[in-house]
This record gives sequence, C-alpha cells and structure tokens, in this order.
Amino acid sequence: MPSLAQGSPGSPQLFMGNKAIARGALEAGVQFAAGYPGTPSSEVVESLAQVAKETGIYVEWSTNEKVATEAAAAVSFSGLRALAAMKTAGLNVALDFLVHLNYSGLGKNGAGLVVVVCDDPEGHSSGDEADSRWVASSEGIPLLEPGSPQEAKEITKWAFELSEEFNGFFLIRSSTRLSLSTSLVTLGKLPHVEKKAHFDTSQCISPYLARLHHISVLERLAKVQETFERSSFNWYQGPENPELIIICSGVGSSYAVEAVESLNLGKSVGVLKLGTLWPIPKGLVAKHLAKTSRVLIVEEVDPFLETFVKKTAFESAKVSKSLKIYGKDSGHLPKVGELKPDTVLKALATLFQMEYLAREADYEQRANDAAAKLLIDRGVTLCPGCPHRASFWSIKKALQKDGRDGFLTGDIGCYTLDVFPAGDKLTKALHAMGSGVGLATGFGHLDRFGSEQPVIAVCGDSTFYHAAIPALLNAIHNKSNMVMVLLDNRTTAMTGFQSHPGTAFDAMENAAPTIDAAKFCRSLGCKVVVTDPFDIKGTTDTLLQLMKEDGVKVLIMQRKCELVRMREERRYPYKVWVDVEKCRGEKCGFCTKSFRCPGLLWDIETGKAQINEAVCCGCGVCVDICPFGAIVREEAA
Amino acid sequence: MAIREDPLNLVISGVGGQGNILLSRLIGQSLMNKGYFVAIGETLGVAQRGGAVMSNVRISAKMPFGPLIPEGKAHVILSLEPLETLRMLIRYGNPKVITITNFHPLFPVSVLSGKDRYPNYEALRQAITELSALVWFLDATDMGLKLGMPIVANVIMLGALIASSQLPLTRKDLEDEMRDTFPSERIELNLKAFEIGFKALRSQN
Ligand code: SF4
Ligand code: SF4
Repeated sequence: MPSLAQGSPGSPQLFMGNKAIARGALEAGVQFAAGYPGTPSSEVVESLAQVAKETGIYVEWSTNEKVATEAAAAVSFSGLRALAAMKTAGLNVALDFLVHLNYSGLGKNGAGLVVVVCDDPEGHSSGDEADSRWVASSEGIPLLEPGSPQEAKEITKWAFELSEEFNGFFLIRSSTRLSLSTSLVTLGKLPHVEKKAHFDTSQCISPYLARLHHISVLERLAKVQETFERSSFNWYQGPENPELIIICSGVGSSYAVEAVESLNLGKSVGVLKLGTLWPIPKGLVAKHLAKTSRVLIVEEVDPFLETFVKKTAFESAKVSKSLKIYGKDSGHLPKVGELKPDTVLKALATLFQMEYLAREADYEQRANDAAAKLLIDRGVTLCPGCPHRASFWSIKKALQKDGRDGFLTGDIGCYTLDVFPAGDKLTKALHAMGSGVGLATGFGHLDRFGSEQPVIAVCGDSTFYHAAIPALLNAIHNKSNMVMVLLDNRTTAMTGFQSHPGTAFDAMENAAPTIDAAKFCRSLGCKVVVTDPFDIKGTTDTLLQLMKEDGVKVLIMQRKCELVRMREERRYPYKVWVDVEKCRGEKCGFCTKSFRCPGLLWDIETGKAQINEAVCCGCGVCVDICPFGAIVREEAA
Repeated sequence: MAIREDPLNLVISGVGGQGNILLSRLIGQSLMNKGYFVAIGETLGVAQRGGAVMSNVRISAKMPFGPLIPEGKAHVILSLEPLETLRMLIRYGNPKVITITNFHPLFPVSVLSGKDRYPNYEALRQAITELSALVWFLDATDMGLKLGMPIVANVIMLGALIASSQLPLTRKDLEDEMRDTFPSERIELNLKAFEIGFKALRSQN
C-alpha cells in the first residue's frame, strides 16, 4: 500500500476519516502537527507521524492537548501551517489557550492553523457524549464539519486557507463514525513548501485588552459567515419546492440521502447538507426554509443546528410562520447516542405516515426468540497477561488486609475497564484524565473530618505526564494523605501504543530523552517505591505498608504492556497448566471467578480450572495467585 | 462481475483480536480496484479488548453510501465466531441473508468465570441455520492451528467468503491484494491459509 504521502493526484484511495484529514493537511502544506492520543482522534496525528521522515514535516505527541495546540500555534505565528488534533475531552483541556488564541489571532505573519476535534457520540471510548459544536458558538470560533472522508480531506485543505485569510484558527469537528469509517478519497496534489520560519518581533500576540479583541472576534465571524454563505460544502439536492427539507450535517448527511432513496421520497423531499456549521450560513438556510413547510433536522448529538435553524426561521421575514421544524426537540430523533441510518429512516417514514419495517414480522419474532434463548453479552476485559490485572489483584489484597474500608480512585486508560460490567469495580470514583490523583488529594484530607479510610489513586504512565502531575504537586504541598499507584506499562496502550515523555522514542520514532517517573517523583520529596506487579506478594506487602504511612506516597508498578512485550519478543515466557489433582474446583474457583484472566477457563464437566490454550500468553502470573499451588509453570523452550 | 443487490451489505464480525479489520481492508481495497464505491464502518477503541467487534462493508456500483448498514439489511455475514454470527443475525438478519461462520467458540469473560453458560453448540448451530437462507460452517481456527498459526483463521475465512461467490471478487483479486499488503515473509503463509479456506467451502458445495 502506498504511504499517505504517495499516490498520484486524481487516483482513489481507501482512507478512514482521520487519515483523510491528515492527507488534507499534507495537501495544504502542513509543516507541524501535534496532539495527544485519544479515540476517535488518534489517527490524524499518527498518520502524519508515519510520513514525517518521508516528507520532512515535524510531528509530535505532546504531553497534553493544551501543549499541543500551543506548540502548533507558535509555528503558525512564525509563518508555517500547523495542525493540532484531539478528542473532545482533550478540547476541554486545550480550551483555556484556544479561547484566548481566538481573541489574539495569529499575528502579522500567521499561517493557517487548524484544530481538529473528534466527538464520540455513544461514548464508545469516552466518558461523555459532548457535542463540541457548542464551544464554537459560545466562543465565536469558526467551525467546519465534513460529511465523508472525501469531504474531510477537502474541508481540511480549505480550513487552512480560511485560517490564513481571517487570521484565526479554524475548528474541524468530526465524530467517531466519520473519523473511523473508511471510504474512497480522491487524492490531490502535494505542494512544495518553502520552509523559512520567522517570528516577527515587532508584535505581541495577546488577547489583552480583551474588550477590543472581542469586537474583532465578532467582526471576523460576520465576514466568515459571508464566505460560508457561498461555500460548496453546503449543498442542496432535491426538488425545487419540496414538501419537506432535511437539514443535516456530518455523517447524518449520508443517512439522510439514503433514507430519501430507500423510502422513494426523492420527488417530495430535499436534502440541505451543511458543512459550515459556525457561524451558520443563515441566508442560505432562510432561502431554503422559505421553499417548504416542513423541516427535519438530522445531526449528531445535540439539537445544535436545530436550535439555530429555529432562530433563523424566527428572524427571517420570508419564512412562513407556520413552518414546522422536527428533530430532537420534537422527539423524532433521539437526543442521546450515535446517529444511525435506521433512526433517520424511521423519523422520515413517520413524517410521511409510512410504515418502516426493518424486516418481516415473522423473522423479527424468530430473531427475538433466539436472542432471548441463546444470546449472551461479551464484556470487554484486560488482555491475557496484562500487568494491570496483577496490579489490581495486589491492590485488592492490600485493601482487604488493611481493613479500614479504603478505596481506589481511577483514571483513563486500559485500567478504566475496572468500572466496566466485566471489571472488578475496585475503583469507586473515575472521571477525567488525571482526576484520580486530583480526587485522592481531596479524599486524603478527610482525616481532619473524622474519616479513617485510606485512599489510593491509580494512574497510567501516559496519564501521569498528561494531567496527574499538578494534582500530585498539590497533594504534596498541601499535605494530603494518599498513595498514588502509577501503573507504568511503558506506553499509551489504550489508544494504540503511542510514545509519551517516559518512552525512549518519540512520535516519529526517533530516540528521545526519557523522563524517569520514579526520579521525578523522588525529586518532589515524596516516598517512591518501584515494584514489579508480577511479584504479587512483594507488591501487596509494599502497598499495605505505604497505606499505613502519612503523607503522599508513590508506588510505581512497572511492567511492559503485554501486547508490546509480545510484539518485541514474539515468544511466550512460560508453559502453564493446571494440575487437576491439586485444583480444588468448586470449593475455590479463585482464578477464574476472581482473578479472571481470559487465559483461564472453568471446565463445567470436571468442575476444575483449565488453561485456555488458544488465549493464554504464558505470563505465568496466575501460578502465584492460586492458593493451592494447582497452577504450574515451566520456562518455555 | 455484477453485484446482486445495490448496495450490497456485508457484515464481518468476531471478537477483538481476531483480525476483523484486516479482512475489511483487503476486501475494500480489492473492490476499490475494481471500480466499486466502498464504505466501511468499524468498531474500534475499547471494544477491541476482547469485546464483540464488527465491520460493516457497503458496496455499490452507483453511489457512495454511508458507513453503517441499517438493521435487518445485511446480505452476507462472515463471522469469525459463532455467538457473534448469532448476534449479527439478530441485528442485521432477514430471510435472504447468507452466513459463513468459523464454528470455533471463544468464551466471553462471564463464561470463563462460570457466571454465564455459552449456548449449547447444537442449539446455536440450529438457530444460525434457521435465521439464514444459506449457511456454511467451518472450523478455521482448527485449520489455522494445523498450520501452526491459529491467528490466520481470519484469512482462511476470507478464502471461504470468496469461494461462496457472494462478492464480485475472484480468488486472484484477493491473492494480488494480499501480496501487496503483507510483508514478504508472511505472504506465503497467508496465501496458503486463503487457499485452505477457499477449498474448504468449495468442498461443502
Ligand atoms: S493493551 Fe496492554 S495494558 Fe492494555 S489491557 Fe492489553 S496488556 Fe493490558
Ligand atoms: S499464564 Fe495465567 S495469567 Fe498468564 S495469560 Fe496464561 S492464564 Fe492468564
């Protein structure tokens, strides 16, 4: 397969939305890209990192999204095009800077600056379904939303031009279904860029005197709107005077077109697809509203367009006062979850009093019967051999032995799975990146109010650098009592093994200085112990001891992510089996009911544990959790 | 080769780690080379940690479609695990759907720990059969184990899918695509796996 920077102009390629955005940036001559990994956004920066050496552009995984956008802005200030990409949660982290950047503009020499944000409707890989378009409207940031990978590439290219023209950064909003779906994209040309960066020191780029800058933000928006009114990313297809118009954006546009086609409503229904979402091209919208009596709004997640289309209808003299606008407020489409083609089909069918049946009633019945009788869920779980499973085991043991009703605050990473249906649920509070440590600093003060419960915060290595450090400093300085357990698996596992400040390589796979978390924490003056989570006894005893001591203690449980180890070593360390003579069967069940590595299974016939050979990766750690020595390991040949 | 429905909706399902995505890529790429519009919707992220995963592949000769298949509208289901075949039939099935299943159960965590029971194999096979217009079952994982590489079960299943003639793709189309995709040291093994799956399905006809 050709790389992202290859392939001849005009030829088609299969790209997922995120890769298409990356290609659009290359076609716009981007020179610098930064981000922090997070599903569903990671592939934007990752795809650029993969061609960094080939193209001579610079790409980094920054410690967090705020730093990423700051770094990208500096490059834009100096005359080179730059991009930052993140998921919605990350936009919140970057927002403090972005709000002020929107006021300051990009300076005298500003080159295009594009910020890509990927929402995660349904929360497939997130703790929220937040719709980032509101940020654009509340802060006055221009926002574009593509509807397909092809459009994602084109809109990205255009966003760079607009950003330069209007001297402000532009936001591109994507969502899971666009970012991670793949379809045909026709390649454009890659430009040759003269790379001479220079920062003009005759200026100071700053939002201060805010009131004046606020005026320019509003003026900029008004001008952007004029451009948006004429954009080809807003299009209409359908009859001249439709009975109903579907106004849609993002992935909703393909569902809308498909629904009209499947219900054979092409003669009565038009589709107005918007790609320029903030500011809304009100003139264009009003023009179409004047031609119909009914409107259905199809968008993900919140009634954002719906709100502003209603406002537009209210303000426009040409629009009939009896115009009916349907969507989320009217209950035709849901306000939660991901948009699906079916929901759009059903909403449209309802508005035309048609019956939409996904399939014959008899089949439906049989399918439901089979579901009730046979279907079981397949929960998500840590991989076989995952060091986190052993770490959580030790934490559980230490909490039990300690006996003071202690508990765990959690964080974002593979270990978040602890709160999922198939998890152990040791974690009692879990919110955002770094919040486990932040929450623990508060819990760690409860002794003054009569609580005796010890608190432990878990946090992964990438998360530690991203957002936990300020919380840790706070805990130390303000004399909180807590243990921070750093689950150090030497990578950003959940999102696909990206580098971070603790790894010895960077996003472009060049050697990089490593920030040693243990040394760093020691330099802060707190007690730091490093253990191997596979040493279950040693880890449990250490933690138990640390829980008894006052102040802030850091326990680093350090072992490589099993998937990374396997990639590097390509061998299983042990051959592992269950000695059926020693296994106590139903009387115990410790390994499969409590430790629950998918490499172990319960043999219903014999009522004993068994190694699940197709799954076990021979890490050998279950040998140490079996209280009867029934699991045996032998060094693999 | 024409497609029998437009769009033709293919579901590929399995369990995280079985290599679903590789299949949708190989198929998508080959279809693109033949001039079809292809859209692929996929489960990514958290669900890949041992969860149920699927790809929706939509193939059209006339226009680009969105990445998701509406419920009840699959034409072909290729599944790397039987419980997942059933899950997909319940969601996307209809009286005309065709299923090809790797009948090699992988237990969910709740079954491993003894909390749930995996459905009785015969009952499961029967339910899949009753909900499909045409079914094929094979044990690709076992065939993969015999090759010393259970992980190639996905490519074995790809061979079976192509042998079923449900897609407008020939054996050669996929073989060419695999040669382009795999690093040289893995090409032979994967071509072998593909052939095993292809023949296994043909021998059932
Ligand atoms: S990817 Fe690594 S860290 Fe994540 S669950 Fe698997 S082994 Fe554990
Ligand atoms: S050795 Fe035990 S803990 Fe390790 S992967 Fe195999 S079953 Fe799981």
